[in-house]
Amino acid sequence: MARLDTSGLHVLGVRHHGPGSARAVRAALADIKPDAVLIEGPPEADALIPLVGELEPPVALLVHLADPPRGDAAASAAGWAFWPFAAFSPEWEALRYAAEHGVPVRFCDLPAAHTLAERMARAGGTGEPDGAEPADGPEADTEEGATEDPESVGRDRLRLDPLGVLAEAAGYDDAERWWDDVVEQRGEGEPSPFPAIADAMAAVREESGPEDERGARREAYMRQVLRATLKQGHERVAVVCGAWHAPALRGVADFPAAADTALLKGLPKAKVSATWVPWTHGRLASDSGYGAGVTAPGWYHHLYTAPDLPVHRWLTDAARLLREEGHHVSSSHVIEGVRLAESLAVLRGRPLAGLDEVSEALTAVLCEGEPARAALVHRTMAVGERMGSVPPTTPMVPLQRDVIAAQKRLRIKAEPFDRDLDLDLRKEGHRERSVLLHRLRMLDVAWGDPRDTPAGKGTFRESWRVRWEPELDVALIEASRWGTTVAGAASARAAERAAEADLPGLTALTEQCLLADLADALPGVLTLLTDRAATDGDVTHLMGALPPLARSARYGDVRGTDAAHLRAVAEQILRRVCVGLPPAVHGLDDDAAARFVTHIDHTHSAATLLGGEALAEWEAALAALARRETLPGRISGRLNRMLSDAGHIDAEELRRRLGLAMSQGTEPAAAAAWLEGFLQGSGLVLVHDDRMLGLIDSWLLGLPEERFSAVLPLLRRTFGAFDASERREIGEAAGRLGGTRAAVRTRVPVDVERAAPALATALAILTDGRKRAS
Amino acid sequence: MTTSSAPSLSTDAAQALRPHAEQTYATELEALAKADDRRRPPGWRLSPWAVTQYLLGATLDDGTEITPKYIGARRVVEVAVATLATDRALLLIGVPGTAKTWLSEHLTAAVSGDSTLLVQGTAGTSEDAVRYGWNYARLLAEGPSREALVPSPVMTAMARGSIGRIEELTRMPSDVQDGLITVLSEKALPVPELGIEVQAQRGFNIIATANDRDRGVNDLSSALRRRFNTVVLPVPDSAEDEVRIVTQRVEQLGRSLELPEVPAGLDEIRRVVTVFRELRSGVTEDNGTKVKSPTGTLSTAEAISVLTSGIALAAHFGDGVLRPADVAAGIQGAVVQDRVSDGVVWREYLETVVRGREGWGEFYRACREVGA
Repeated sequence: MARLDTSGLHVLGVRHHGPGSARAVRAALADIKPDAVLIEGPPEADALIPLVGELEPPVALLVHLADPPRGDAAASAAGWAFWPFAAFSPEWEALRYAAEHGVPVRFCDLPAAHTLAERMARAGGTGEPDGAEPADGPEADTEEGATEDPESVGRDRLRLDPLGVLAEAAGYDDAERWWDDVVEQRGEGEPSPFPAIADAMAAVREESGPEDERGARREAYMRQVLRATLKQGHERVAVVCGAWHAPALRGVADFPAAADTALLKGLPKAKVSATWVPWTHGRLASDSGYGAGVTAPGWYHHLYTAPDLPVHRWLTDAARLLREEGHHVSSSHVIEGVRLAESLAVLRGRPLAGLDEVSEALTAVLCEGEPARAALVHRTMAVGERMGSVPPTTPMVPLQRDVIAAQKRLRIKAEPFDRDLDLDLRKEGHRERSVLLHRLRMLDVAWGDPRDTPAGKGTFRESWRVRWEPELDVALIEASRWGTTVAGAASARAAERAAEADLPGLTALTEQCLLADLADALPGVLTLLTDRAATDGDVTHLMGALPPLARSARYGDVRGTDAAHLRAVAEQILRRVCVGLPPAVHGLDDDAAARFVTHIDHTHSAATLLGGEALAEWEAALAALARRETLPGRISGRLNRMLSDAGHIDAEELRRRLGLAMSQGTEPAAAAAWLEGFLQGSGLVLVHDDRMLGLIDSWLLGLPEERFSAVLPLLRRTFGAFDASERREIGEAAGRLGGTRAAVRTRVPVDVERAAPALATALAILTDGRKRAS
Repeated sequence: MTTSSAPSLSTDAAQALRPHAEQTYATELEALAKADDRRRPPGWRLSPWAVTQYLLGATLDDGTEITPKYIGARRVVEVAVATLATDRALLLIGVPGTAKTWLSEHLTAAVSGDSTLLVQGTAGTSEDAVRYGWNYARLLAEGPSREALVPSPVMTAMARGSIGRIEELTRMPSDVQDGLITVLSEKALPVPELGIEVQAQRGFNIIATANDRDRGVNDLSSALRRRFNTVVLPVPDSAEDEVRIVTQRVEQLGRSLELPEVPAGLDEIRRVVTVFRELRSGVTEDNGTKVKSPTGTLSTAEAISVLTSGIALAAHFGDGVLRPADVAAGIQGAVVQDRVSDGVVWREYLETVVRGREGWGEFYRACREVGA
């Protein structure tokens, strides 16, 4: 076979997301004037290249399984990969050059179809934890060695950190800084660094030994594409790839094509689709877990967009930011900051002040030594949060389009930072926003996070914190299997969830359906709910299901849903509870009784919400229950208290029952439990009813000593729950008992002057302000 | 203060209790000056690069070993030196014992070769100390004249083009502080009585130190603040760094005080540093147990003094080896500043942390004895 002619081949080994590389690539391309460009990236995205002109970086290529896996969380986390591009990425520069000059361009990395298929197989086998490698991108090959493979940890340092070795040879302790100095901070018009980079990498690769399997395959594929391109008759071909691969591609003629073909044989393959999605600087930052990330995307963006006086401009921007925050920063601060940064750079022997120097100048001069303030500004600027955008013609699943349309219609923007939304559900637009956010939550697209409603609780207010993350696009694509519109998909999802849910899950789902206004899904969910309620023998499940339902019945007022059906279901469940209650409380031990009391409390408030006939039935059931002798003390005490609070037992009867429970014949522990249930929440009843207090008092006095010490912890728990003033009042009331000291309760004399405004206000409220006006 | 008068008081440097940095490290400075081929800013004895080498330690090409003077973040030293190179005044801030004065002395020694132009800031520091005073006998006898003028260290530094040091800047009354504004912005000090002014020569600068804990005593006016670049000195990052600092200083102090040679056991140093670090941070080094922090700062400088006094005890009263008992008293004195609350903290620490620790039994018993 004739030796491949590589005289027209130019391999540009870059550092992903390096502004200096990008600038060098631009200069090199202008010089080479290639008639074909190859870029390290998934070939599935070749069809998407024409969109480049309309994209606004940062954007990412998203390649995902065409048919998202169902159910398995680990598998679905592995079923996609991103290739991010920022404005300062050399690959992006190459794409733009190709688009502007009409040069044919291709992605030449190993197809994601293989990568994802392999990863799926691995995730399926080992059940890798969710999010282990959230963004894979143009792999971390040059920068971090091989963060993509856990098994690579044991490999020698050279391979892990080839740049580190080079940097060390150049006398740097930090590889990033070395690369920055040598390549990234290059000005315009310096000679092309690429041959030297490739030579250096070749030297490093010689020492590091053969590539691992995956790396070898990727390079084999790149060479195959390269060969094909050269054979098509292109004369000047530019390849933009990670520096690490440069030697392997430059010497394509030295590698036998047959070996590469053999290496690529029989790879697993998955069906995938690709699209562009907006990306954020925050996601580019290496501390977000992105392997090939850069420490300071904001700084790189700045270096790339402000070619002259980067330090001056950066510190001026920092000063403006500080001024916005209300700190006094003068121009002379900036002047001195620039001087310090520059002399630090000279001191350290760097060609230009870098991020380190600038940040130190920021701390020492602009922030006058306050590290916290400096860190805040520095972080904001170093990340320089921004979000890219994609044109509407980008391939999208219908669900994405529907969400974008809804965002436009409701005027809420997808932004990459936290924003608080306060919604007033009485307004049409606000209500629709709330519905959209709830529906997306139903689809596991966590754009908004519902927050506790601030003061002024009302069912018509809702607070959200929204933040759009690029992953949400993936979530949308995954959710697209449920339907093509948000409403349809959410309904389908709700129905599917309902099929799997247990009773409490179903009621929670009912609530969510109401919040998300899923009228289509609701009847089905409610039917299932009544079915489950009928067959579920556990009354606590029913009781747990009731409160959300009762709450939901009230939402009808604000959200305009038909509450009647819901109410019917809730009342039906409440009836089941009433029936199931007596047997359920039989023979409970103390802990179980305490838990049951909580259930009763919740059900009681739910019944109060429902009101009407249902409430009456519930109270009747409680009254019947309270008369039972065998009831655990804790429950019995609580029931009597609830009934008396509701006015169904008069004081006399209550005293009788208390006396019964507190009589000498009862087991003291049971009596103490009764008391605990009775006094739960508040002991004021004792302050106002001396006779009741007397009963308890004489019971206590009548206890033999060892019995007394046995019930003491229980009593302590009961009374310890009251606040100090309540305890004091009970104590005072107990002091008055028996008339031994006919002490009149000491009254604090009222300070008339201080009380007057309060009185006036109370009066104004009571009289609707009329008195005041007159 | 250094004045030209009273020659009978000046003494031989070799006999000095604590020789100045430029005296102690004269050979290192000389070797550095010889090896230093980089550009020196006007008025500097060394290039900024050589100054950082002097402070951070290095081995020169001719084999001279430069001992590290400041152990800690390289960037602190670099920012400080770069600040001086841009003729901005330098303000070192930190909690007591973070080597502010130490750093300022060595910076001055390396840059100007003279670290003695020093003003100590106190509540009683008068304007004379930063501007100039008068020799009143002469003033009365001859009227205002150059001979009757007594220049302050700052004025001397300006005239000589060297660096003046101001210690505890925030302790000075505000009006005295503000006297520095003209000096720092105009780089000139007028003497209206004589109708002259002293213009700062190239190489002049000011290094001031201030204490974090004293903030709010006499806060710097923003006009003055603006004329300083501020460097905050951190407490040592790692226990290893702190052990190094303490070992080195203890050794040097022992030498200058001519204490009998006592092998300062690294174990004992590590122990003292550990105790200080744990109490300072409020958590044990293995991050397992929370401990209360006492009211004192427990700086590295205090750890050093605990160990030097321990060595003195061991040399004069003990068997010549530094034992736990020798440091126990000192360490308790450093920790327990407030008898009541710190006493509780210390006892609690002894009982919960020290008692159970492997190999700390003797130390525990020694501390218990002191406490009893």
